[in-house]
Amino acid sequence: MTSFMLTDTTASKISSQLTHLRHQLGSPAVGMVLTLVVLCDEGSQYDAVRAATEAAREHPSRILVVITRGADEPNRLDAELRVGESTPGEVILLRLYGELTRHADSVVSPLLLTDTPVVAWWPGESPEVPAEDPVGALAQRRIVDARAATPSVRAIASRARAYVPGDTDLAWTRLTPWRSLLAAAFDQPVGKVKRGLVEGSPDHSSAPLLAAWLGERLGAPMKVAESGGPGLTAVRLTTAEGDIVISRSDARLATLSRPGQPNRQVALTRRPTAELLAEELRRLDPDEVYEAAIRRVARTHKS
Amino acid sequence: MTDQEQVGTPEESVAAASAAAVTGTTEEVVAANPLRDPRDKRLPRVAGPCVLVLFGVTGDLARKKLLPAIYDLANRGLLPPGFSLVGFARRDWADQDFAKLTYDAVKQHARTPFREEVWKQLSEGVFFCPGEFTDDGAFDALAMMLKEIDETRGTGGNYGFYLSVPPKFFPVVVEQLKRTDLAHGPAGAWRRVVIEKPFGHDLKSAHELNAITSAVFPESSVFRIDHYLGKETVQNVMALRFANNLFEPIWNRGYVDHVQITMAEDIGIGGRAGYYDGIGAARDVIQNHLLQLLALVAMEDPTSFDADSLRREKEKVLKAVQLPHDLSLATARGRYAAGWQGGEPVVGYVEEEGIPADSITETYAAIKLEIANRRWAGVPFYLRTGKRLGRRTTEVAVVFQKAPHLPFSKDDTEILGHNALVIRVQPDEGITVRFGSKVPGTAMEVRDVSMDFAYGESFMESSPEAYERLLLDVLIGDPPLFPHQREVELSWKILDPIEEFWASQGPPEEYPAGSWGPASADAMMARDGRVWRRL
Ligand SMILES: NC(=O)c1ccc[n+]([C@@H]2O[C@H](COP(=O)([O-])OP(=O)(O)OC[C@H]3O[C@@H](n4cnc5c(N)ncnc54)[C@H](OP(=O)(O)O)[C@@H]3O)[C@@H](O)[C@H]2O)c1
Repeated sequence: MTSFMLTDTTASKISSQLTHLRHQLGSPAVGMVLTLVVLCDEGSQYDAVRAATEAAREHPSRILVVITRGADEPNRLDAELRVGESTPGEVILLRLYGELTRHADSVVSPLLLTDTPVVAWWPGESPEVPAEDPVGALAQRRIVDARAATPSVRAIASRARAYVPGDTDLAWTRLTPWRSLLAAAFDQPVGKVKRGLVEGSPDHSSAPLLAAWLGERLGAPMKVAESGGPGLTAVRLTTAEGDIVISRSDARLATLSRPGQPNRQVALTRRPTAELLAEELRRLDPDEVYEAAIRRVARTHKS
Repeated sequence: MTDQEQVGTPEESVAAASAAAVTGTTEEVVAANPLRDPRDKRLPRVAGPCVLVLFGVTGDLARKKLLPAIYDLANRGLLPPGFSLVGFARRDWADQDFAKLTYDAVKQHARTPFREEVWKQLSEGVFFCPGEFTDDGAFDALAMMLKEIDETRGTGGNYGFYLSVPPKFFPVVVEQLKRTDLAHGPAGAWRRVVIEKPFGHDLKSAHELNAITSAVFPESSVFRIDHYLGKETVQNVMALRFANNLFEPIWNRGYVDHVQITMAEDIGIGGRAGYYDGIGAARDVIQNHLLQLLALVAMEDPTSFDADSLRREKEKVLKAVQLPHDLSLATARGRYAAGWQGGEPVVGYVEEEGIPADSITETYAAIKLEIANRRWAGVPFYLRTGKRLGRRTTEVAVVFQKAPHLPFSKDDTEILGHNALVIRVQPDEGITVRFGSKVPGTAMEVRDVSMDFAYGESFMESSPEAYERLLLDVLIGDPPLFPHQREVELSWKILDPIEEFWASQGPPEEYPAGSWGPASADAMMARDGRVWRRL
């Protein structure tokens, strides 16, 4: 991997340096399918870049990391370019100082790959209305993470008010294996579900989303309860014949039990951020099922 | 249309689901599943509850491809809770012994990383049934075992039978399944049988083979594996042709000069002398893989991608295939002689262990076909395959006509070839477009350049193995990627006259191992004023 530092620079200087580096390495910018803009601070930068680079193995991308530094300092843009074998695309770390911190879009916009999708990701704190954020407005898809907010259920409810098609949340992505397993359980006949319960560690950001999705689809009241964790620990659905339960106490192997049938074990592992991100990048169209779930959270949270 | 109309209200679906519980079939239950929604694209297609019975578990295919693919499916969360795997073989084994074999196969050959919890889930449902195919008692035991598994693991009487055994055992196994009534499930349950190539060795034997399976299983329950159709790149042929507007206008005789479809292998016959001798390259590869590729490249657009529409279009184009009049001028065959292959000395075909000295089996075959329809009349399709060729590669090359007029001097375009679009099936999957471009610094010299799309670059991470996709399709009951018996028979109709002609021609022409086939194959192209692509 070749890495190159530019201090007190501009987007156009970064752009020509990038072209130069690519020529030197003899690897033209072919095959990159999207630009991923990561908006974070210095503290979360390392993990975010790691996850983004790994996700780029499945979706070769130009990764622009926008790191906000001191807003009180004089205006300055520093850049770090990484191109090469270990990264299947390009990584550009942008450090913004002074007033520039409020004009990140002026740096990002000329560095986007032409005519390919743009995805914005806030691994930590995110703006109230992602679609109205200057950088968020450049993106077709905006990924936030309700896990970073406390209490997360309030953050999810406010997402519903700010929702614009293309918004999504890693707290929702984390649920795909659970939802898939629940859906598989319903591929066998199940009586009418009367009510249900989702259990997880305190203030688990995915628990209210799972409860909302189940409530929406099954037309039955769902509750969220706290458990000792780790993560989500159980889903209990009550039917006339008895309970359908998926329980998981070690964050790896779950047990599915249903009335009149023996218990069965199913692998249900928590996935690293890189995998969540890769799932997000696989489909870039609006997620209407997510929208329905957050709208339900907003409704039930109020009452 | 509102979403509500599209998917039905949740309450309705629940009601439908409970109704289906009483009367309906598995598919109806799945269709009425309130947690599934066509808009919910994150949820993968997961197989319903079922058992896969695998015959021939000790074989090469089972250990290298099938068992690892089953693990990979489980690892991707695509197998249902309770999924069970039953191995059948003539070994005095207990469940654990088969589990051990599966474990080793997975460790050695699986594509995705080994995870203890996935293995735990899978191994809970691994069973073994010992016996010979002729042993009635063994199959009675199998039937009992399956019944028990239904009770203990909730698999609902849904069984897939995978015959990973030499075709000569198909009749006895299928007959046993019939006798024990395993071929027909109770209402609401499905039974499917999966068979591997070869589907016969000519039209007649393909008929006979089909008569055996179709006497017991309806055609819709027979899944014939052509693993090429499970490859992402082959499915991409359809995306390329029918999702784009760029290629369709030139995808016809007005612009295409000819098409070359190649499957080259660098290996010899290995230890498979018994299977290969008397079969040869054309039956082994052209009849299935290459003719399927031809069908996908040449067919008209199907009205949808469901099995019926897709197969109808493939059949139509296979029916339109015509053989040239003089087979001696439009076909070539060869067999490898001793030589150097990639830096190693290798023996010739007749020196391979188990090959009789008077063998006339070909290890290289090339044929020229025409398609008699409005789109393709006059455009030859050249198909070639061989063992011990220069290297391993499979591709489809659509070669375009030369520009009708070149406003350059003759010298400037001397080395300009035909434009070509190449679909690289394996290895290094992708698409190459070749076109002329100006050489920098010269007045106006034009030369060929390539523009490349590499699957591995735009969608890196290893894509699923063909067998993963196909096994999942069997368990879900999704047939578009499996050839229909009619396609099998149409392909034999194309090949039979060629095989008959070759049978009267004595031993094939030799070519040195590591080269690109016999001289007669090059001569066949030269007669048409064309050359094979150098691969
Ligand atoms: N290998 C490939 O890459 C490949 C590719 C395409 C198609 N195929 C097809 O896939 C199928 C399996 O191929 P393969 O390469 O795995 O074949 P294989 O290695 O020859 O294995 C055949 C299996 O059949 C069993 N078997 C043979 N005779 C038997 C008998 N009398 N009673 C009980 N079991 C018997 C063998 O068990 P024992 O260990 O007890 O002998 C073995 O497990 C064949 O139809 C083949 O044409 C294979």
